Amino acid sequence: MKEKPWKPWLLLSPSLTAVFLLLVIPVCFVVVYSFWLRAPSGQDIPAFQFGNYAKFFADFFYPVILLNTIRVALETVFICLIMGYIPAYFFYRTESRLKPFLMILVMLPFWISFIIRTLSWINILGDSGLINHLLLKSGLISSPIPMLYNEGAVIMGLIQYLLPFMILNIYVSLDGIDKSLAEAAKSLGCTEWQAFREVTLPLSMPGVSAGCLLVFVLTCGTYLPPMILGGPGNEMIANLIFKRVIGTLDWPFGSAISVILLLLLVIIVYTYNRYMGINQIFKSLSKG
Amino acid sequence: MGEELKKRLDDVYQNYLEGNITRRDFVKFAGIAGAALGLAGGPFGLMGNAFASKSITCHSWGGTTSEALRKFAFDPFTKATGIEVIDAAFTGMDAFLTQVKASIPPGGEFNIAHLSAVYDYARYTDLDFGVVLDESKIPNLKNVMTKMTDTLRGITNGTLSAVPYDLGQTGIAYNTNEISKADAEKLGASLLYEKSLKGKLGSWGGDFRTNMWYAALHTGQSPNNITDIDAIWKVLTEQRSLMKKYWASGSELMSLLANGEIFATVAWSGRVAALQDQGHPIGYLAPDGTYSWMEYMYVLKGTDLDVAQQLLNFMLEPDAAIAVAQGQKYPPALDPTKVEMPDDVKKLPAFDPTGKLNGYLFADPAYWNKHQIEWAEKWDRIIAGA
Repeated sequence: MKEKPWKPWLLLSPSLTAVFLLLVIPVCFVVVYSFWLRAPSGQDIPAFQFGNYAKFFADFFYPVILLNTIRVALETVFICLIMGYIPAYFFYRTESRLKPFLMILVMLPFWISFIIRTLSWINILGDSGLINHLLLKSGLISSPIPMLYNEGAVIMGLIQYLLPFMILNIYVSLDGIDKSLAEAAKSLGCTEWQAFREVTLPLSMPGVSAGCLLVFVLTCGTYLPPMILGGPGNEMIANLIFKRVIGTLDWPFGSAISVILLLLLVIIVYTYNRYMGINQIFKSLSKG
Repeated sequence: MGEELKKRLDDVYQNYLEGNITRRDFVKFAGIAGAALGLAGGPFGLMGNAFASKSITCHSWGGTTSEALRKFAFDPFTKATGIEVIDAAFTGMDAFLTQVKASIPPGGEFNIAHLSAVYDYARYTDLDFGVVLDESKIPNLKNVMTKMTDTLRGITNGTLSAVPYDLGQTGIAYNTNEISKADAEKLGASLLYEKSLKGKLGSWGGDFRTNMWYAALHTGQSPNNITDIDAIWKVLTEQRSLMKKYWASGSELMSLLANGEIFATVAWSGRVAALQDQGHPIGYLAPDGTYSWMEYMYVLKGTDLDVAQQLLNFMLEPDAAIAVAQGQKYPPALDPTKVEMPDDVKKLPAFDPTGKLNGYLFADPAYWNKHQIEWAEKWDRIIAGA
């Protein structure tokens, strides 16, 4: 049968058009803006200069927030990984008829607005929230435990948002592993733990990596949990971009910070692709 | 139009299920219907409505403010004139200015905006988003406090791009169960820097002006002419260690106060009045030099001025303006010496029975806008702990 090389491009053209119009062009705008100047009145002045980038690196303030963002993202990734692997492994092993229902439970948070989910923590962790209320009523504490408006609360909000991404990615990877491999290992003398450590875990690493990458990238770009659940000093780089673009109408500098963040993420994704293969993410998403 | 299309789509779907039409025809119709609904109901539809001769958009603060405007101004106006008012909410002044700036042409997708603070009147004007209103077509302007209109005229060379609509203050809210009225009044602006309230103070993180304003009062300086800027940064840096939360919105402010998360904070007078109405133990303190501001209905370039002026005049009718004030808890811009005010309006924070606003301190737009970038960035550094 004669191949039609244009056919895949034809099929892809709607998606490529959307990506070009909604992603590539806006990113180009952002890059162009990052070289412009801002007038005191808020007007943008077309220019080609690197002042906005120089300003970012002029002292430690902005780089430190960027590094803090990366640190928080890594902490979030680590906790999501620990918390996500266990349910994913359970879904892989269980033969329960409830499995589809349990899988839906993982997706359930997506049915509720992210803002509402984040705000709801105030009623649980606040000074007059559920936990403090119960502890105070039971006499276990005499004054509320400060659980909100700190980095811990921010990370918790991020985990709540991102954990399903981790679980689904790991599960998809685990689901592709032939269960008889672990059984074969056990028949050769491995314990349950050894079979998991030597067979299942290594084979699930593509899903683990894909989940980690997604969680990391999404954490770096989010600003709602730090804004709602964070206290003084818990700002992340996305909050800074928000303030520059919305608060002071300084689009050129906001764009420069965005480009720096984008470049950082591109480097990370490139490194990931180099060693793990980006197709793992697409595989996970297509099965998820 | 949307409803009709939906019904037709349902009919087609029913026919498809019954095998009366082919799948290809069904998909084709669904695609066309979807595109039509998207164009009519999405942003294009809103834009189309905004430009239609018999409708006008008005962006405001949402919540009780939008409700009051809709109920007491927009709906009666539509009933009286047949002109539809499409009301929409913005998330904040800065976010709205960003939207206006990003629209094509800039400002052209918006008509009227319920803005706060004179420095924003200056910002919109500097960005060339304003119009020149024909005041002869807004006869109810005669009832507006002269100081308010004069302030706006001073920025736009004697003309008006907006009509003043209400006024408010950013004062200090405090929990009366934790802080006595006598203590609050004794401390004044310094209540926001009280070390015994460590971990129980809040402030508006999104606005450097408010924080610098109260730092100026705390350090004995004039907010519109700060002479010792280092002292301002020093006290704000010290204050940070006392803070529990820099809040980002009015609803967050109310939640923090109502739930007892914080005991004292700068606060918008209308929000405090709303909390007091709900029975929360919240007091309002307006020390000397309290940050006052006016809100106005700004008409953006490209708007049908005849329709806009008609609506603004209607909104300034005493019945409408007073009802809106009662709903949103901010006193109207109407001069109480010219228009009789009901008792509940007279009790609102920031109400001035003289109509002269003497002693009300407003932000000097030229002064604050001149330093905006520099001070906003410095403020960001302070709250980030740098």
